[in-house]
Amino acid sequence: MTRTNPVLADIAIHVDGDKRQLSVDTRTTLLDALRDQLGVTSPKKGCDHGQCGACTVLLDGRRVVSCLALAVANDGAEIVTAQGLADGDDLHPVQQAFLDRDGLQCGYCTPGQVCSAVGMLREVQEGWPSHVTGDLAAPVELTDEEIRERMSGNLCRCGAYANIVAAIREAAE
Amino acid sequence: MKPFEYVRADDATQAVAMVAERPNARFLGGGTNLVDHMKLGLVEPELLVDVTALPFNRVEPLPDGGVRIGAAVRNSDLAANPLVRQNYPVLAAALLSGASGQLRNLATTGGNLVQRTRCPYFQTLYTPCNKREPGSGCSAITGHNREHAILGASQACVATHPSDMAVALTALGATVRVLGPAGERVVPIGELNRLPGDEPHQDTTLNHGELITAVDLPALPLAKRSAYYKVRDRASYAFAQVSAAIAVDIHSGVVRDVRVALGGVAHKPWRAHRAEALLRGAPATEDVFRAAADAELAEAKPLSDNGFKVPMVRNTLVSVLRRLAREH
Repeated sequence: MTRTNPVLADIAIHVDGDKRQLSVDTRTTLLDALRDQLGVTSPKKGCDHGQCGACTVLLDGRRVVSCLALAVANDGAEIVTAQGLADGDDLHPVQQAFLDRDGLQCGYCTPGQVCSAVGMLREVQEGWPSHVTGDLAAPVELTDEEIRERMSGNLCRCGAYANIVAAIREAAE
Repeated sequence: MKPFEYVRADDATQAVAMVAERPNARFLGGGTNLVDHMKLGLVEPELLVDVTALPFNRVEPLPDGGVRIGAAVRNSDLAANPLVRQNYPVLAAALLSGASGQLRNLATTGGNLVQRTRCPYFQTLYTPCNKREPGSGCSAITGHNREHAILGASQACVATHPSDMAVALTALGATVRVLGPAGERVVPIGELNRLPGDEPHQDTTLNHGELITAVDLPALPLAKRSAYYKVRDRASYAFAQVSAAIAVDIHSGVVRDVRVALGGVAHKPWRAHRAEALLRGAPATEDVFRAAADAELAEAKPLSDNGFKVPMVRNTLVSVLRRLAREH
């Protein structure tokens, strides 16, 4: 028999430093919980199928697409969105570099790009190789080719890629 | 999406019991395939049992020199694991060629193996598809079939298995540890996924309620010289048109042992037994490599749009073998 009534669950998540308690329909994605229930609108809904990266947030320190994560499955999680990256009025170095290098046009993909870049730079620091890393056992050098490969999960339909790569290179230095 | 109950499992036996007793219950791993398919209306579970908190999140050396990979290990962690990078580079390379950084951080080892074998017609609700709706017909055979199977397909289904990781595991001869209501069993990787036959809605040989708990890699010294090569329509973040996972041991110009598996060509990761048989004991020359590829492709049946995959498989096998031979 098919269930017809929504199933609700109480969860608590930390969002950009604040503990938020909410009741979610089990069907709610983390993205919809953030945007529609908590008013945290920096993660954007692009494709809603994990293909465009506009909804990227840092989940317990790692970049993920929030459109394929269920809110109910992330009770207790620590989430940082693009709007929680800055320290007061001081932008995160990646945010500042996107401004300095003009790494955007319409800006819709930008919060996802920025979160993805922050997560990606941590992965490089951890020594994680990528598809274009020649020697899987050697230390990683963050070339432009590496940046492009590692950021391939974030689409920019304006095509600001050249400046996005420049911004990330600058932030990494 | 239909409403569903959600349970975060903290005990594997209980998780298995919960799913086994309800035909419309599913295990939830990273969700990158299941949640997407729930959004598309392809699957409508009434209960999700989340298995990501079970203690299957470690990569451990085995006493015999192999490695045990917990089913909940994320694709990104597995690709970055030093043991895997050193002893099984083909597996790290395959993982890194799949999906995107964000998806690899979510996707699990077990979930990657049981992701649906699929094609664009499966993913739309308004075209016939025997996999989605048994008996409704296959839209791809007479439709757009550029990315579809050339080996082991049937009149009922020509979809391909999209995993890169599974192609590497197939070449390595991994074994899959499964927990079911009746206890544990071990499934050789080659027997996990099915060819479509006349039951394309069955992707795997797992019974309902059976949970993958780990994947064991055998001790395999030749895997240190192994490579994964993926041919796709764009340089990153795309499924394979054709891929090859190869490990080879060449001594004094002769192939002593070799493992070959292909991706993007069949309903399951395709172990190239015929090519391996021809290569083993033969001189490591380009003519032999080409003959081995041709032996594997002898029964290839390309569709209207994917004839290019036959020479693409041949060229891929020859060039990867040539490169690995040069490194010896």
